[in-house]
Amino acid sequence: MDKREPGRRGFIKKSVALAGWAAAGGAGLAKGQTADSATEPAKDLEAYGERSHYVTSVRIFPPPFGPDPFGLTSHLFTPLQDSVGIITPASLHYTMAHKGFYVPDINPAQHRLMIHGMVDRPLIFTMDDLKRFPPVSRVHYLECNGNKARPDHKTVQRACGLTSCSEWTGVPLSLLLKQAGVHNGAKWIVAEGVEDNKGSMTLPLSKAMDDMLVAYGQNGEPVRPQNGFPLRLLVPGFEGLCNVKWLRRIKVVDEFYGTYNEMDRYTSVDPRTVKPIPFEQGPKSAITFPSGGQKLPERGHYQITGLAWSGGGAIRRVEISTDGGRTWKDADIQSTVHRMAHTRFGMDWVWNGEECTIMSRCTDELNQSQPTAADFARFFNQTTEYLFNKQNTPNGHNNYILPWKIDRDGNVQNGLA
Amino acid sequence: MATFKMAWRSALLVSAAILATCAAASAQAPDYNLGKTPTDDEIRAWDISITPDGKGLPAGSGTAVEGAKLYVRKGCVICHGPDGTGGLAPHLVQTKDLASPSSHPEKTIVTFSPFATTLWDFIHRAMPLQRAGTLKPDEVYGLTAFLLYKNGIIQENDVLDAQSLPKVKMPNRDGFIPPDVSQYKPGSPLPIAIASDPAPEKK
Repeated sequence: MDKREPGRRGFIKKSVALAGWAAAGGAGLAKGQTADSATEPAKDLEAYGERSHYVTSVRIFPPPFGPDPFGLTSHLFTPLQDSVGIITPASLHYTMAHKGFYVPDINPAQHRLMIHGMVDRPLIFTMDDLKRFPPVSRVHYLECNGNKARPDHKTVQRACGLTSCSEWTGVPLSLLLKQAGVHNGAKWIVAEGVEDNKGSMTLPLSKAMDDMLVAYGQNGEPVRPQNGFPLRLLVPGFEGLCNVKWLRRIKVVDEFYGTYNEMDRYTSVDPRTVKPIPFEQGPKSAITFPSGGQKLPERGHYQITGLAWSGGGAIRRVEISTDGGRTWKDADIQSTVHRMAHTRFGMDWVWNGEECTIMSRCTDELNQSQPTAADFARFFNQTTEYLFNKQNTPNGHNNYILPWKIDRDGNVQNGLA
Repeated sequence: MATFKMAWRSALLVSAAILATCAAASAQAPDYNLGKTPTDDEIRAWDISITPDGKGLPAGSGTAVEGAKLYVRKGCVICHGPDGTGGLAPHLVQTKDLASPSSHPEKTIVTFSPFATTLWDFIHRAMPLQRAGTLKPDEVYGLTAFLLYKNGIIQENDVLDAQSLPKVKMPNRDGFIPPDVSQYKPGSPLPIAIASDPAPEKK
């Protein structure tokens, strides 16, 4: 900032002061804002805006998720504890890349999407071609199947931060498939990315014809490189892995191809049976305030707030318990409700200064609701001890209820312990 | 469980309705005449997909003897260790005793891969690190043979090619439950998500 010419700086200063005054309506000063902070040029006048330097919320990459022995970060967790509303800023979107594989640097002018296999007319599209089709914009969450809360996770970011929600813009895959003309007897699509390991998934054709999106936009700008620039598949409500990033190829087929991800990496073992994890994710929610690592400074009024989502469709109801699950009250739905999307819920609450455990439970349009961790483990014929052992392979989507324990000093801790 | 079955049935009806709508929309979708038709060569160059029973495997062959040399020459040994273990990258050779019920299976070729073709496919599409796609089919057959030999699944001189590779019986072949596309219907409830119902009893 000091490098700026004095004349320009002075001009910016004045503009900011005026704009700040108009926006704040003087209320900011009434709250004790100093004249200095009101007139200092804010950095967000740069060509590509930045947030205030007072805001420091960032993604984390806790061990063992990175950096790995090759110096690459594989998982970045979204700071859900600081989230408001339902949209995750693209810069805070969770990201996941297999260890040892870099985010590819793709020139969109050279990127192509090929559709082939059991079709009348195989087709290759440029990015410009794709933008000539009528686009749709839809709000959808994504969640990594590794998003598994354990008792040793101290914050909601660590316990639940591998989920985010964006407005995605692109072309319905069904429209592209109709252009190619799908043969009778086709049952699956094999989607593939352009990155080093050419991540590939076999997905039901019925889902492709239903609501899959070939997305080039995220929250009003091109999809970010970590999220699949310039083109990614969006498979609403399906496990994160299905949403193939850096999408280059879709092959229409009549059998399950079972690539590395499906046969090896993302399979469940119980204890010697291997099967691909289920596609569609269940209903899930998390209280983001008060949550692990935060502290209630005093007794009194608070807003319990959190996010709920489901692969089964729209969230219909969220309940909150402040007594460890003995009684439940309906929370307010505080955002627009989109199908397969984060939904903001909240509730007025008075903390009386006593020790308590708070938790949320959501129900979706299919009337599915969240199990407790004990119910979840029992379903898979496991103990919770087995379920929480980080050595053990996940069963699939871990959507059990996540409780937070608040002590008399107002400290919030993981309630799974 | 009664509620679950009811929900399943209504989901099927809803799906049928959606499919009917799709069919109607399909008839009306304009032909945008966008994109170009790839040549057969272009499709061949891009299409690296291999099925579990070996459709898509190219001509070529290799043995573990050749693979052992390639394992060193291509640099696999740097990340995966001289014996397929002990490197920074994932283990390629099973070290745990699978017979012991107390030991949770490590994710390796032996415990997880139900088909040998998956191994071939992954080496072909993703390895070596930073030089993916540079291995020739003969080299991929050789490396696959080497890893299968090191895991005690084939003999050192067994020749792997497009015919023999799919016939290799992996240790966990019978433990694999393939997905059935008819299991997925948009909007079907998941069994685990029915919290109000009692969990199914142990079999």
